[in-house]
Amino acid sequence: MRRRIGIDVGGTNTDAVLLEEDAVTASVKTPTTPDVTTGITRALAGLVERAPGAREAEAAMIGTTHFTNAVVQRRDLGRVAAVRIGLPSGASLPPFVDWPEDLAELVRAEVVMLEGGHEFDGRPLVPFDARGMRAAARRIREARIQSVAIAAVFSPLNAAGEEEAAAIVQEECPGVAVTLSHRLGRIGLLERENAALLNACLIELARKTTRAFTEALRASGIAAPLYLTQNDGTVMLAEVAESYPVYSFASGPTNSMRGAAFLSKRDEALVVDVGGTTTDIGSLRHGFPREANNVVEIGGVRTLFRMPDLLSMGLGGGTRVLAPDLGTASALTIGPASVGYRLTEQALVFGGDVLTVTDVAVAAGLIDLGDRKRVASLPAKLVEAALTRIRAMIEEGVDRMKTDAGEAPLIAVGGGSFLVPPRLAGVSEVLNVPHQAVANAVGAAIAQVSGEVDQIFQDLSRDEAIARARRAAEDKAVAAGADRATINVVEVEDLPLAYLPGNSLRTRVRVVGEIARHA
Amino acid sequence: MRPVGVEEIESLAIGAWILGTGGGGSPYLALLNMRQLYRQGVVCRLMDADELADDDLVAVVSNMGAPLVGQERLTDPKTMALAVTMMEEYLGRKFRAVMSLEIGGGNSIQPFMAAAVLDLPVIDGDCMGRAFPEAQMTSFAIHDLRMYPLTLADVRDNAVVVARAASWKWMERISRKACVEVGSIASTCKAPRTGKEIKDCAILGSTTKAIGIGRAVQAARRAHRDPIDAVLEVAAGVKIFSGKIHDIARRTTEGFLRGTAAVEGLDDYRGHAFSLAFQNEFAVGWLDGMPRVMTPDLICVLDTVSGDAIGTETLRYGQRVTVIALPAPPILLTPKGIEHVGPRAFGYDLDFRSVFA
Repeated sequence: MRRRIGIDVGGTNTDAVLLEEDAVTASVKTPTTPDVTTGITRALAGLVERAPGAREAEAAMIGTTHFTNAVVQRRDLGRVAAVRIGLPSGASLPPFVDWPEDLAELVRAEVVMLEGGHEFDGRPLVPFDARGMRAAARRIREARIQSVAIAAVFSPLNAAGEEEAAAIVQEECPGVAVTLSHRLGRIGLLERENAALLNACLIELARKTTRAFTEALRASGIAAPLYLTQNDGTVMLAEVAESYPVYSFASGPTNSMRGAAFLSKRDEALVVDVGGTTTDIGSLRHGFPREANNVVEIGGVRTLFRMPDLLSMGLGGGTRVLAPDLGTASALTIGPASVGYRLTEQALVFGGDVLTVTDVAVAAGLIDLGDRKRVASLPAKLVEAALTRIRAMIEEGVDRMKTDAGEAPLIAVGGGSFLVPPRLAGVSEVLNVPHQAVANAVGAAIAQVSGEVDQIFQDLSRDEAIARARRAAEDKAVAAGADRATINVVEVEDLPLAYLPGNSLRTRVRVVGEIARHA
Repeated sequence: MRPVGVEEIESLAIGAWILGTGGGGSPYLALLNMRQLYRQGVVCRLMDADELADDDLVAVVSNMGAPLVGQERLTDPKTMALAVTMMEEYLGRKFRAVMSLEIGGGNSIQPFMAAAVLDLPVIDGDCMGRAFPEAQMTSFAIHDLRMYPLTLADVRDNAVVVARAASWKWMERISRKACVEVGSIASTCKAPRTGKEIKDCAILGSTTKAIGIGRAVQAARRAHRDPIDAVLEVAAGVKIFSGKIHDIARRTTEGFLRGTAAVEGLDDYRGHAFSLAFQNEFAVGWLDGMPRVMTPDLICVLDTVSGDAIGTETLRYGQRVTVIALPAPPILLTPKGIEHVGPRAFGYDLDFRSVFA
C-alpha cells in the first residue's frame, strides 16, 4: 500500500496527515510552537497514535512558510556578503539597491563589486579580478560573515566567473556558505542577485530547520525519507533542499491549492484558504495554482520566482476584532493584527482577553470551540457587524482574483474555513470538503516529482532539440520515482547561443509527474 | 520649463513601458537610477519645445542595443552623459537640452539620467512616439534630416564617433556593428538637432503623454478598476485579443531580438489563436492566421490583471496577456512614414491597414 505523510508548518498551526493510496486516513492539527520542532513532534505523535501504519510510510513531505515568514517578519536572517562581478558596468546600481531599507540593513554585511563577468555572446566583459576577490574574501573572513552570495553578469550563460569566485571564497573562508546566482535564476542580473541574497540570508535557518525536521521525524519512529515541498508543487530531498530555501518560499499556498483540488476533485475553481493569520485567495487551472505573471516580491524584494498568483488578506481565525464601542459596533475593525499561534491562550473562548474572529464565529454558532459561555455576552449587533465585514472582505478578494465576470466555484480550505459563508456574491457554489482544515498537509502529501534538463543542443531544429530535452527530462523524473503515464511538461525555454559553433540552442525543459505506486 | 517630481518619473516608467510595444527595454533599471539620483537631491526639468530658440542645440540620447543585454549589463548615468559630452567636444558647442530618441521603454528615462548628470532640461517629446528597433525609424528620418554625426560610448572607455554616413541605413549599419562589438549595449548621442528642427519634426508632448498613461494605470489600480480599460480610455486604444501565451521562439541576430509568440484565446476569445512577430518590438499580429494589427500602430501586450506591459524578452509560457492597439503619431502614417516604419520595413509583405482606419 502506498502511504505518505504530509506535514504543513504554518504560522498558526502545524498539520499532519496520512495518505493511504488516495484516501486521507488520519489527520492532526496542533498549534505551531515557537521552536517549530515541538509542534511537528506533537503532530506526528498524534498521527502515529491514530494510525500506527504511519510509521511504515514510504515518504514524508513537509511544506513550510517558515522561510518566507522569516523574510516578511525580518527575523532569523543571517548577514550576507554580496559579491557582484561585472564592473565597470552597473556601478550605479549596487547589490541591495532595490531592497526595502530595513531589510537591507539587517542582511547587508558587506558589498563587494569586482571587475569581471561576460558578454551575451560568451566573451569576457573584462578579465575577472581574482586578486580583488581574494582580498574581499579575507575581509569576509575577518568580519566573520558566514554566508556569501555571488552574482556575475551573464552567469546563466557562462558561470565561470561565479565558480572561480566561489573557489576563492571557499579557500579563504572554510565553512562559509556560498550561494551562486546562476543556480537560482536566469537572465536579469538584479532579480537573480536578489534571489541569491535572499537564499544566502536564509541558509543557516534552512539548515537548522531542515535538520530539526529530520530529527522530529526520527524521534517519532518514522524512517521514511524526508522531502521538502517546493514552490511548484514538487518535492526535493531535505538534504538538497536545505541549501535552497528560496525554492520553498511559496510551498505553503501551493500545497493548500493542490490539496484543495485533490480533496474536491475539481481542477478549475477558486480557492480560499483561511488560516490563523491570513486568508489567501488563488485560482486553480488544470489542478495547479495559476501563476503570477510578473515579478514577484518577497518581503518587498523583487525576484523572478514562479509563484502562485495569490491575493493575501489579513483575515484569519486569530485576527483581532477591535470594537471601541461594543454596544453599537461602530468603528469596528478587523485585523490585520493577529494573535497567531497564541490563539489557544489569548482568544476569549480559550480563557484569554483578546476578541478574535474565532470568538465571533463561536458566538454566531459557526463553529464550536473552547468555552462558548465566555462569548455569550457579546452583543448580537457586534457579531453581525463583524460577520458582514468578513463576508465583504472575502467577496472583494474573490472578485479581484476572478478573470471574468461569470460565477465560479470556490473551494474553502484551511483551519478557518468555517468563516466562509455558504453563499457569496460572484460564486456559483462554496465547496466544503472533508479534511478541508488540513488541505495544506494533503497538498504536501500528494506533491509530485520533477525532472529537469538544461542542455545545449547543436545542429538540431528547435523542435527536435525540445523533443530530445523533453525525453531526457522524463527519464530523469521516472528515475526519481515518477509514473511515466502522468508526466506533464510544465516549462519549456530555449535560448540561442550565437557564440558557439554550429546552430547551438540552450534548451531547458521541466516535467512533473505523480509518484509511481509501488507494486 | 517645470520641475519633474520623482512620482512623475514613476508614472513615466509605467506609461513608457506600455508605449514601448514590447521593446525599448524595461524602464525599471533606469527608474532605479532616477530614484537614486532624486535621493541625492537631483530634480530634473521638463521643457516645452517652444521654449527653444531656433538655433539652440538639443542632444538626442538613447541606450542602444538588445533589451536582454540591458538586464545584465546595467547602464549608469555617467555612461549616458558620456555620449553627450563626447558630442559637445566633437562639435565644439554646448547643448541647450537633451531629448529622448524613443518614448517607449527605458529610453524614455535614460535622457533624464544624462540630464541629471549634465544639469540640462529634458524636452517633452521624442522622435518615435513609441519604440522602434532601427535608427531610420524616426520622425527625423521621415523628414529627411541629416543623420550624422553620432557618438557611441561603452563603459570600458571605448568611444566611437560616426562622423558621416551616406544614409540612415548606413548610419544604422555602422553604429549597430560598433554596438554589437562592445556587447550589444552602448550609450549613444544621435545627430544633434536645432531648436527649429525639434519644433518642426519631433513628436512633441510624448513625455507628458507617457506620464498620463502611467498615472491612469496607477489610479485604476488604486480604485480596483481594470487598468487596461484605463489605458484604452486615456490613449484612445482598441482591445485586440486576450489569452495565454503557449509558445515563444526567440533568436538574437545582428543585435536584435527576433521571434514569434503564440497566444491561445481565453474568455471572449476562447477558440481563437493569435500570433505575434517581433523584432525587439511587436511588429505584426495575426488573428486566426489573418493579419489583424501591424506597425506603425502600437501593438502593446499587457498583463491581463495588472495592466503592466510585457516586453518581448520577458514573454513567458503561461502568461495571461491582453493585446491592445494604440494609435501611431500622424507623421508615421504618411506614405513616407509607412515606407520607414510600415510592415514592409520589417520584412512583412503586407499593405498597412490601421485598426483605427
